[in-house]
Amino acid sequence: MHELAITQSVVDAVVERTGPARVTAVRLVIGRRSGVVPESVRFCFDLVTAGTPLAGAALMIDEPAGRARCRRCAAEFVADDVLVLCGCGCADVAVDGGDDLRIASVSLVPTAAEAS
Amino acid sequence: MCETCGCDDPAAAPRLTSFSADGEAAGCSGRELLLEQRVLAKNDEQAEQTRQWLAARSVLAVNLMSSPGSGKTTLLERTVRDLAGRWPLAVVEGDQESVRDAERIRAGGVPVVQVNTGRGCHLDADMVDRALRVLDPPADGVVFVENVGNLVCPALFDLGEGVRVVLTSVTEGEDKPLKYPHMFAQADLVLLTKCDLVPFLAVDVDRCIGLIRRINPAADVFTLAGLHLPAGVPGTEPEPGLAAWYAWLDARRRRPDARPRAAVAGRV
Repeated sequence: MHELAITQSVVDAVVERTGPARVTAVRLVIGRRSGVVPESVRFCFDLVTAGTPLAGAALMIDEPAGRARCRRCAAEFVADDVLVLCGCGCADVAVDGGDDLRIASVSLVPTAAEAS
Repeated sequence: MCETCGCDDPAAAPRLTSFSADGEAAGCSGRELLLEQRVLAKNDEQAEQTRQWLAARSVLAVNLMSSPGSGKTTLLERTVRDLAGRWPLAVVEGDQESVRDAERIRAGGVPVVQVNTGRGCHLDADMVDRALRVLDPPADGVVFVENVGNLVCPALFDLGEGVRVVLTSVTEGEDKPLKYPHMFAQADLVLLTKCDLVPFLAVDVDRCIGLIRRINPAADVFTLAGLHLPAGVPGTEPEPGLAAWYAWLDARRRRPDARPRAAVAGRV
């Protein structure tokens, strides 16, 4: 359950940037090879955001896969796991991406000036 | 039109569905702030400061990780007993609760700080920083950081260590590297422990080592046996894996900054 600490890090990082402004949506990028389970982050999100400016915010998670290329047969394919095996049986595979773990953006309640 | 959720009217009722338990609707306000920030940026910044602090003292920090019961504390007890007179040693013990492990290490005459993580399942860079400041490790030594027993979460958290060592015992079965590849993919060294029990188990040690090499071709792999036995027991000395472990540590201790740790999965 490192997702609890991960989710806490998300909330801390957002509040550090946005202060007391109410956050209505959070967009995360959690790659399929990152070792973080999006469902667990969702599970923790309401618990961790309670009592913060993120309380009640929507959580959207993009889950990109990585791109793999076999060094033996040059086949290219999607890598959605840490362990990657080419269809030709070769494990000597170069993998790019799919390990993201970042906060893409947040939506904020408009300030009085912006709303008018 | 709002670029985020497609709502036409920024003043209209929220369109995005909240996952909150109380069902309160959450809306797209139309004011989006791009962050593009790594989730673990704060931890990684602290880890980097710790790494520099250790490098300034020429101290090698060793992050020891495994599932509970693989023999981390037993390895440390034996290691501090054998090396305490040779190099300055210190230990940070991480567990959810209790000071049991710290008491076992202190019995070997080495300074130790116990970190209890409570509900936490791993050590993070801030906990280790605070422990190191209490320990105040002397120059040219080695600090062992025994992480919380867990093959999943500690893999994600950079502590500022110089090297990562993963233990897996033969009693856990040979498939552990396949089941927990994140952990093994980041190890500088894998120690296969309790190998004296192999005759009593249906475990294929060669296959286990093959799996480790497949996941992480760069990692060194040593086997260990009989660590629980007192030194000098006939038939257990010299323990070749133990000598290899000490030589491995010594090579990295002499040049603690020689091998920067590989990028951790999940970092951008």
